[in-house]
This record gives sequence, structure tokens and C-alpha cells, in this order.
Amino acid sequence: MKDQQIEERAVTAHTPRITARKVNVHYGTSHALKDVDVDILANTVTAFIGPSGCGKSTFLRCLNRMNDTVASAKVTGEILLDGENIYDPRVDPVRLRAKVGMVFQKPNPFPKSIYDNVAYGPKIHGLTRNKAELDEVVESCLRKAALWNEVKDRLDAPGTGLSGGQQQRLCIARAVATAPEVLLMDEPCSALDPIATAQVEELIDELRSQFSVVIVTHSMQQAARVSQKTAFFHLGNLVEFGKTEDLFTNPKDPRTESYITGRIG
Amino acid sequence: MSVLLLLAIILALSGLAFILGRARSISKVSGNIRDLHSLPGYYGWHTALTVLFPSIVVLVLWLVIQPMVLSNGAAKFFPEATRADSVALTLALDDARRVSRGLDAMIANGSKSEAEIAALDTATTDVRALLAEVNVALGSDVSAESLDAAKYMRAASHSGGFWMALAVMAVAGVGLIFGLSQVHPEFRARNRVEKAVLGLLILASSIAILTTVGIVWSMLSESISFFKMYPAGEFFFGLTWSPNFSGGSTLGFLPLLWGTLYITFVAIIVAVPLGLFTAIYLAEYASPKLRSWIKPLIEIIAGIPTVVFGLFALVTVGPILRDYFAQPLGLGTSGSSVMTAGIVIGILNIPFISSLADDIINSVPQSLRDGSFGLGATRSETVRQVILPAALPGIVGAVLLATSRAIGETMIVTMGAGAAAKLSLNPFEAMTTMTVKIVGQLTGDTDFASPETLVAFALGITLFVLTLGLNILALYIVRKYREQYE
Ligand SMILES: Nc1ncnc2c1ncn2[C@@H]1O[C@H](COP(=O)(O)OP(=O)(O)OP(=O)(O)O)[C@@H](O)[C@H]1O
Ligand SMILES: [Mg+2]
Repeated sequence: MKDQQIEERAVTAHTPRITARKVNVHYGTSHALKDVDVDILANTVTAFIGPSGCGKSTFLRCLNRMNDTVASAKVTGEILLDGENIYDPRVDPVRLRAKVGMVFQKPNPFPKSIYDNVAYGPKIHGLTRNKAELDEVVESCLRKAALWNEVKDRLDAPGTGLSGGQQQRLCIARAVATAPEVLLMDEPCSALDPIATAQVEELIDELRSQFSVVIVTHSMQQAARVSQKTAFFHLGNLVEFGKTEDLFTNPKDPRTESYITGRIG
Repeated sequence: MSVLLLLAIILALSGLAFILGRARSISKVSGNIRDLHSLPGYYGWHTALTVLFPSIVVLVLWLVIQPMVLSNGAAKFFPEATRADSVALTLALDDARRVSRGLDAMIANGSKSEAEIAALDTATTDVRALLAEVNVALGSDVSAESLDAAKYMRAASHSGGFWMALAVMAVAGVGLIFGLSQVHPEFRARNRVEKAVLGLLILASSIAILTTVGIVWSMLSESISFFKMYPAGEFFFGLTWSPNFSGGSTLGFLPLLWGTLYITFVAIIVAVPLGLFTAIYLAEYASPKLRSWIKPLIEIIAGIPTVVFGLFALVTVGPILRDYFAQPLGLGTSGSSVMTAGIVIGILNIPFISSLADDIINSVPQSLRDGSFGLGATRSETVRQVILPAALPGIVGAVLLATSRAIGETMIVTMGAGAAAKLSLNPFEAMTTMTVKIVGQLTGDTDFASPETLVAFALGITLFVLTLGLNILALYIVRKYREQYE
């Protein structure tokens, strides 16, 4: 009985939640992403690394159709979430984004109070039944994002009045509060100090038990610390994708090796 | 020499100064521009300014002072009795000035020579008839004093013009020499020119402020003379408005205030939702192509003269409201009503609000929309909960500006709401506003010393205070929200 359960978990851990095949993105005439194939597994942290401008954010934005809001962007190829093509006309991008949440590269708190920022997702999706429950969600999400202690006395203050790093953690709390199944994080720690970074990494590890997490990062150490799978992008191509320890200790492609040893960037 | 020619000469001279100053600075360092404190052009500008600035100042001062000196001189020709009475003196001097202009005209068309003019005498010639020939009409015969004063004015202003040209050109020349003498490598021409630019900017902005002060001052002085004739308490708290030009008027301001506020309220109720929804549609939903069509179309409304809107109110909106709403509901039989004017003013203000609000909504950063969409919010949720709160200060500002405009609207009210000052709650009744009454009290042959006329100024200043208050409120709200969210 016990063995069987372990067996089952091992299987789910390797079930792909998102399968992307031959994804191409054009911004007008520029070809930003070329034939990318990636699998995002359940209960796994996947890291995207690569030099600036190589298409990491672009790919991330394909996964929850945020590129729909960019008029010039054209996405082709196939992206399946739990076997369903998310670019199918029958799919409602609004529902999709509730399932595949996102933390953006630049902190973008709403011009509302800290409390309302976090409560935004639960409110629009009706995740809580009453105020007490909402309070609880807000507190626990702020705690998870390592922000609670700093803001617990001023939940009514505007979120835009926080420091850059605090704003980024607020955005993380906001995304977590929406209870997504897959969480996309675009350089969530770029504005954070080492302590907050460690706390966010802890959070990512914790989230892994419920969600799949995709994280874009410029820090090799971070990728190595938090992720189980790593994808290396270069000039719009997916160069290498595999187990994190393999990719860092035994890169197959010379471009990957140059990048992780700091020779191209 | 005409002032225009003089100005042209000064400008030419400062152009020359620019070239000379620039060339001199280069020659001072024998072509090695790096040794100069500023670029050669700045030395040129500085030299040009040393010519332009003092000569313009002298010119302006001369133009202001000369007429005063002339009037003083001419006054001596009139008897003591005239000089003692300031009104009579002003009239006499005006006459003399007109005569002197007539004399100039005679010289200009060649009908008289200088010598003939000098020999003119009221006892022997009909000067008034002569002047009439050159289109200078006078109310009475020209007196001997007046002719003498006119002759003096002509002579003095001719010599004054000559001396002015001489003085201005002398100052310009001295400026040129001084400016050139200043050119040496260490001289901070750039900083000086920067200061001159600053001065120019301050001057420009102070003119706008001074105009406002001037408006307030002129209104205030007239209002004060009104309140000397009519008790302020009765004006501000009076419940009836019935001016009577033969005296004994009741000039209570409250019915007008009520009419103004009521019509403005209706206008805002119409304009704000329609304008705002238009802006939201344009900014958030419409495709760029559609938007590039709709926006100019809506803005055409803003270009229609208000009197045309007034006609629309008079012949279309008024009768429709009367026939389909007021009469069936038993609320009155008048085509002119608060509703008519309010609705039409509201329509007039739609493009104003939509255009401002559209710009404001567009300036809300895309990252906020992304953040909201990224959490699975729909467009309308994003608009309601993120975009509008972020754009609120700007939108409130736009609404208050539109309110000021509605309060100040005159033409549409005259044609759409009538001219009856009434205190009533019925929106289908004719009422009127302060602006309409300001026009009403001042048109026609009126005596500028009666309270019936002067009340227009008291209304004007009250209106000014009202809109100023609104604008200050708008600024305050906008600033307060800015602090909070930026
Ligand atoms: N909205 C856009 N319109 C046009 N081109 C874009 C747009 N967004 C991104 N690009 C282009 O697509 C390419 C990939 O951009 P992307 O933002 O995905 O890079 P990135 O890997 O996230 O870089 P960074 O590490 O600096 O964030 C770049 O060349 C960029 O110029
Ligand atoms: Mg990026």
C-alpha cells in the first residue's frame, strides 16, 4: 500500500503539465523565438537561463497568453496545458491566466492598498467566502512572500509606496494568492537583497509541492539552488534543456558551457 | 521716423552685433575655440542682447512717457477752470489730440502746407469744417485754446519722435560698443545668455498673471461701486431677481446661482458618464484603426460653435422634451428649460471629458494592465479595479474643468433655458444663469453708474470666485492623489 503511493507520486512528478512544441514568436518582422520545445513537469521548478534579449520573457509570456496583449506579437506552434491546446479558440485566456499565474520582471503593484493588492485575485475569482477567510489568505500569502513583518502595520498604505524589492515581493504574494496551478516568475529576485532572495527561494521550493513553477533568472547559483530542470536559451533558440545538475555539471552544448562559465552573456 | 522703422533698425543692428561679437570672440583666441569659455555663438548672442535690450527699454519707456509729457504741456493752453476739473480736462485734451491728428492728415493729403497750418486761426477759418474734410468729426467748434494746444502737440510730438529715434540709436550704438568690449576668452557669455533666456521666460509668464490680476482688479473696483449703491446682504441672500431700469430693482442673486448650479448639474450628469464611457471604449476596447476614426469624429463636436448648439437646443431638444416629457408628465409647457440647456451643454462637454480621460487612461502604464490580466482578470475588471483608480485624479480634474466650462456657458443657456430668473425644483421650467444675466444687464443703452448695470460686475466676480474655487479644488485633488500613487 505504502509502496504504491510512492510509486504514484513518482509518476505524477513526471507528468508534463505544459508541453510546448515548435513554438515560434515574431514581433512584427523580428523573429524572437525559434522552434522551442519544452515540457514543464508537475511539482517541478523549471529555470530559464540565457543572455539578455534571448527570448526568456517572451517564451514565458506564451505560456499564459500574455502575448495576446502585445499587438505586434504573433505566436505559432502548439502549447498544451494538461493536454489541451491553450491557443485553441475555445480556450478563454482569462480562465487560463487564473490557472497559469505570473510575476513580472518589473514590479507592478496596483495603485491600491497593500491589502487590496493581495486580495485582488481571490476577490475576482471568488476564492474566499468571507472577510475573515480573505484576511487569512492575505496574511499567509504575505508571510510566504516574506513581506508580512514589514507591512503588517500598514496594510492600508498604498502598495506603490513600498520600496522596489518590497513591491516585487508584494507582486509575488499577489500571484500566490490567486492560487494558480502553474506559476511563472520572471526574474522575481532581481530587485531583492540576499535575505529576501533566500526567503523567496524557500517559498518557491514550498510552492513546488502544490504548483509547477517556472522561474527566469540571471543567477546561475539561483537556478542551480531552486530548480530541478533548466532550459538554456540563446538568440531565440532553446539550446539545451535537461536536469539542472546535468546541465550545470555536464553541459552538452559548447554554448551552454561558455555561458555557465561566464564566457558569453 | 516711425516706430516700426526704428524697430527694424534696432533688429538689424543687433543682427550685426551678433556677427561682430561672434567674429571677435574667434579672433580673440586666433581661431582656437577651445580657449573660449563659451561657444562663439554665445558671444554673438550676448553682443546682440547688449544692443537689443537697452534700446528696446528706452523705446518702450519713451513711448509711454512722451504722451504724458505732451498732455501736461498741452494742458497749459487751457484755462484754469478746465484744468481743475479732471473730466473736462481729459475731454479737452482728447479734442486737441484729434485736432492735431486732423492737421497731420491735412499735411499728408497735401491740402495745406506747414506754413498754412501755422497761420490757421479759429477767428478767420472754420477749422471744424476743414477737419471734417479729412474725416475728423468733432462734437463742437474748435476753440482757440484747443487749436493752440493741437499745434503744440504736433510740434512737440514731431520733435519728440526725432529725439526718440536719436536716443534709441545712440543707446543701441553704445550697447554695441560695450558688448564688443566685453568679448574676451574668460567672459562667461553662455551664463549671461542663459540668464537672459530665464528673464524672457519669467516675463512671458508674468504677463499671463498680470492679465488675471488686471481682470480681477477691474471687476473688483466696479463691484465695489455696486455694493456702495446696493446692500451686499440683499444681493447675496435675496430670493428675487427683478431688475428695473427706472430704479427700485430687487437684485437677489440666489435665483441666478440656483439656475447656474441646476443647469450645470444636469450637464455634468449627462457629460460625465457618456464622456467617460466613450474614453474607456476608445482607450481599452477599440482597435487602433477604429480609434483613429472615432476620436476625431467625436472631437468635431468640440469644434462646433456654441451658438449652433443653442439652435439645436431651441429647435430640437427643447420641443422634444416639451412634447414627450414635460407635457405628458404635467410638468410644464415650456420648450426652454433647465433640462434642455443642461442636456445640450452636457453633449457639448462629452468630447472634452472623453478626450482628456482617454489621454489619462492611455497614460496608465501597460504593466498595470499586464499585472491584472496576468492574475486572470477580465478587461472590465481591469478597467474598474485597476485602470480607473489609477486614472482617477486625472479624471476628477477633467470633470471639474468641464464643470467650470458648463458654469461659464452663456449662449446655450440663453437659447435653451430662457431668461427668467426663478427658484424652482422643476427641471422642465425655464430658468437662467449668472452669465446670461451679465450679458443681459450690459446690453442695450445703459447708464454705467446705476446698480442695474454694475450688478453685472458683482455677478462676474462671484462667477470668477466660483470657477476659481473649482479649479483650485481640481488641482488639490489631483495633487493629493499624485502624492499617494506615484
Ligand atoms: N513587445 C515587444 N515588441 C517588439 N520586440 C520585442 C517585444 N518584447 C521583446 N521583444 C524582443 O524580443 C527579443 C526577446 O525579448 P525578451 O524580453 O524575451 O528577452 P529576455 O530573454 O527576457 O531578456 P532579459 O533577460 O533582458 O529580460 C528581444 O530581442 C526583444 O527586443
Ligand atoms: Mg526578460
